[in-house]
Amino acid sequence: MDPVTWIVEPLQHVFMVKALLISSVVGGVCALLSCFMTLKGWALMGDAVSHAVLPGVVIAYALGLPLAVGAFVFGVGSVTVIGLIKQSTRVKEDTVIGLVFTGFFALGLILVSKVRSSLDLMHILFGNVLAIRPQDFQQTLVIAALVLVALVVFRRDLVLFCFDPTHARSIGISTGFLYYLLLSSLSLAAVAGLQTVGIILVVAMLVTPGATAYLLTDSFGVMALLAVASGILSSLLGAYISYWSDASPAGCIVVAQTLLFVMAMVFAPKYGLLRRAFNNQTAQ
Amino acid sequence: MNHMTATLGAMEPPHIAVENLSVSYAGVVALSNASLRLSQGVICGLVGMNGAGKSTLFKALMGFVRPATGTIRINGQSVVQAQRRQSVAYVPQSESVDWDFPLNVADLVMMGRYGSMGPLRNPRRRDHEAVRHSLELVELWDLRRRQIGQLSGGQRKRAFLARALAQGASVLLLDEPFNGVDARTEKLMAQLFMAFRRERRTLLISTHDMDHVTGFCDQVVLINKTILAYGQTSEVFTQENLARAFGCLVLDQPKEIPGPQRGPMATDPREGWR
Repeated sequence: MDPVTWIVEPLQHVFMVKALLISSVVGGVCALLSCFMTLKGWALMGDAVSHAVLPGVVIAYALGLPLAVGAFVFGVGSVTVIGLIKQSTRVKEDTVIGLVFTGFFALGLILVSKVRSSLDLMHILFGNVLAIRPQDFQQTLVIAALVLVALVVFRRDLVLFCFDPTHARSIGISTGFLYYLLLSSLSLAAVAGLQTVGIILVVAMLVTPGATAYLLTDSFGVMALLAVASGILSSLLGAYISYWSDASPAGCIVVAQTLLFVMAMVFAPKYGLLRRAFNNQTAQ
Repeated sequence: MNHMTATLGAMEPPHIAVENLSVSYAGVVALSNASLRLSQGVICGLVGMNGAGKSTLFKALMGFVRPATGTIRINGQSVVQAQRRQSVAYVPQSESVDWDFPLNVADLVMMGRYGSMGPLRNPRRRDHEAVRHSLELVELWDLRRRQIGQLSGGQRKRAFLARALAQGASVLLLDEPFNGVDARTEKLMAQLFMAFRRERRTLLISTHDMDHVTGFCDQVVLINKTILAYGQTSEVFTQENLARAFGCLVLDQPKEIPGPQRGPMATDPREGWR
């Protein structure tokens, strides 16, 4: 098949245009957020929050509220619960995170099975980008735009917050505000990602592009651009491959992201494995 | 022990005034009844064992811990007000910094300006000028585009010092600034500290190294869960006081205090400033 057909033919279907649009928007915004997640060391937190939003999403759905509201409450709520348990018991943080997010997630599963209606568990778990409903489409775009604006406007403070919160506080910047800004963005991005790759794989969108870009540069600005580019590229690639091979779109998008990471890991000009091997050889 | 600083600080309000400060973590007392007044233009060493409360005092001065009792005034203001006015700069220990962070030297120093910028932190000309001036003072202007992890140990210290300079703080809190620095940096830092003193800034320097204290600290604070003694270095550094601070008799020529974090010293540290 010639490449032009490969690219153009799927565009004749409205569902495919929508899928490409929404997955690249979400992929790009999540990728920008993933820079802060990886630099702050919040990968595990991203995993926890993206799972813990499930009961919130189901409750919001049942009540006819925007899904983002439910996700926000349960995303921020789960992290608060994690903090409370950590402070008041001797259990270590990673254990607390592990047990809280699975607890919330399991609660969500019960709710889904009880609030059956038209809410499809498989769609929530594994995404549904090829059959996205109009209201979800709009909601996801609004959420993505909100997160994007927040991250771009406060990017300098957020970088400082990730790098040196002590200095931020000592010059009178509210680290509490930045903490909740990042946490709220994470909860919202988890809902946006839910529509494209589902709740289980959304953590990949919130971690992998940042990690890929981190291997390629020493500048935060370049890292952010590379992460967004890799996020969008993998979303488009994944959606196309899914169309032509009739495979799970979520799976294709995340595998594309992972492959980009592996390529960066091997071929990165400064921090790649090849470069390292070469340096070791010349050093000997 | 207060008569000394009372005369020193008679003309101007003190930069740092701590009264009866007590701090405890989950019921464990870290610092009790600490009182301290540091005048403008004073270089003060903060000496004590690990766990003696040096970090706690720093944290209290930066408002990170809530005192159980007591008050802290910086330039006559509360800690929060002083921070909003960019009066306090903290220079961290190297061990607590993520050196792999994608950040270059100029960006790091620019972070010192954030507190005096608008909410979007868009640097203006005077911010760029302040960054340039600070980097030139610590002799790192040529390396401004380097990622911070690609600096030597001494250059890293100087980069953080430049950030404090760009901030324009009148009170500088330095956590073990001489750990693992080279001779050139040590000399440069000593010169800078002298310049700060002339500019009437106040420096509180935590250190394990007695040579630095006797070398250029005007005053010294001996700390062990409370402030044991403070005042002019020559008067505070007595056998009796050091024994109280370290719980044992220090040999008759006190050179250095045993401490696990002490870095290697390239040359005799006194060369630069005597």
